[in-house]
Amino acid sequence: MPLRHRDNDAKRRPASLSKPHPCLKLAEPMQMPSEIALAAHDIACQRGGRTLFEGLSFDLEPGEALLISGPNGAGKTSLLRQIAGLLPLAAGRLGVTGADNDTPVSELCQYVGHLNAIKTSFSVGENLAFWAEFLDADENALPQALAAFGLTPLADLPAGLLSAGQRRKLALSRLFAAPRPVWLLDEPSVALDTVSVELLDAAIRNHLTAGGIAIVSTHVPLKTKFSQEITLGQERSI
Amino acid sequence: MSPAVALLVRDVKLAWREGGAIGVVLGFYLVVVAIMPFGLGPDLNLLARIAPGMLWVALLLAALLSADRIFHNDYEDGTLDVLATGPLPLPLLAAIKSLAHWLTTGVPLALMAPVLGLLLNLPLDAMPLLVATMFAGTPAVSFIAAIGASLTLGLRRSGLLLALLVLPLYVPVLIFGVSTVSMNIVGPGSPWPPFLMLTAISLASIVLAPLAAAAALRTAMR
Repeated sequence: MPLRHRDNDAKRRPASLSKPHPCLKLAEPMQMPSEIALAAHDIACQRGGRTLFEGLSFDLEPGEALLISGPNGAGKTSLLRQIAGLLPLAAGRLGVTGADNDTPVSELCQYVGHLNAIKTSFSVGENLAFWAEFLDADENALPQALAAFGLTPLADLPAGLLSAGQRRKLALSRLFAAPRPVWLLDEPSVALDTVSVELLDAAIRNHLTAGGIAIVSTHVPLKTKFSQEITLGQERSI
Repeated sequence: MSPAVALLVRDVKLAWREGGAIGVVLGFYLVVVAIMPFGLGPDLNLLARIAPGMLWVALLLAALLSADRIFHNDYEDGTLDVLATGPLPLPLLAAIKSLAHWLTTGVPLALMAPVLGLLLNLPLDAMPLLVATMFAGTPAVSFIAAIGASLTLGLRRSGLLLALLVLPLYVPVLIFGVSTVSMNIVGPGSPWPPFLMLTAISLASIVLAPLAAAAALRTAMR
């Protein structure tokens, strides 16, 4: 599959950012995610005996992105956790096509949730290196993963000293340290500054260009083109 | 490095770095055993007789101190979620984390026991067997603690509840651990039958406890 060049994206960027941030170039995907399609059929979610949503279906081809929106408590996080295999499906099923053998859906997903999964007594580099090793990824990609959100100068700093935004960036760098075809991002832009949101946006677009899938729940408008959108919790009055 | 080894190395490193977790456990063990003679008086024969029991009870309490470390920190900071999406099945994950707890708690405590045995006038020729029973018994201590740690995830003041849940399960370990050493000192009979029972309990815990812990973890992550 031919890789579309980043220059196409440059045209869509506003004038103030027409000169790409030095880090933007490094946000290229390290390896081509395999051609995975993800489909959900009539899935439902129950929390504490309450049905959050039911009859939810979507069908994502390689390179497509899904935006999940809805008011607080509508089940956005629950849906992402269901896809990541952390919550059981109350009904329906979730399937992938294109994965080799019987890889479970959860092992194709890289889940970045509200919690950053950072060990404060490890350095920034050690945190990423552990995830690369544990998630069975290529460790040669680590320098690029650190650079993706500009964390290279902080590599030796204990993660406990990072600010909230830097911790978020470290959590997001996991997307590059252990590349997986499906990105599950739960409010990824929380605590990020404008430049970093731009980097994240570009990273998602690159991931899609390379044939990956992204499922994002966010309240911040991103320039990524979402091919589908699900709005949860519309029927209930809040 | 395989994912399993990476997780084991990480857990051992964390225990080493995070606020001297190992130091606190060893210090607690030392203090508890060291105050015993003050309470019991200078009767050396009495001390020698109760030494195996004292050392084992104090070891269990010290091991429990660090038991909530097995899963609690990973649960709090979201690491457990990402670990669950990894290539390892949940029971294996629980087993590796229990093994790391044994390496950072059971092993240091077992190695420290003979030193504390001196404080309690434990006969020198009983030392090798004491250490052997502790090496054979502490895997059960760590793996059973993992069940309690996973059941109490997300609770406030989980340490106390953990002790209530887990200490009764330690009774067989305590009985066979102490009787092995006592048989060796005062008899009557061979110390090997209780020692083999102790080993059997450890082996059974290594196989069964991770399954129970994984089931509890699954519920906790919902």
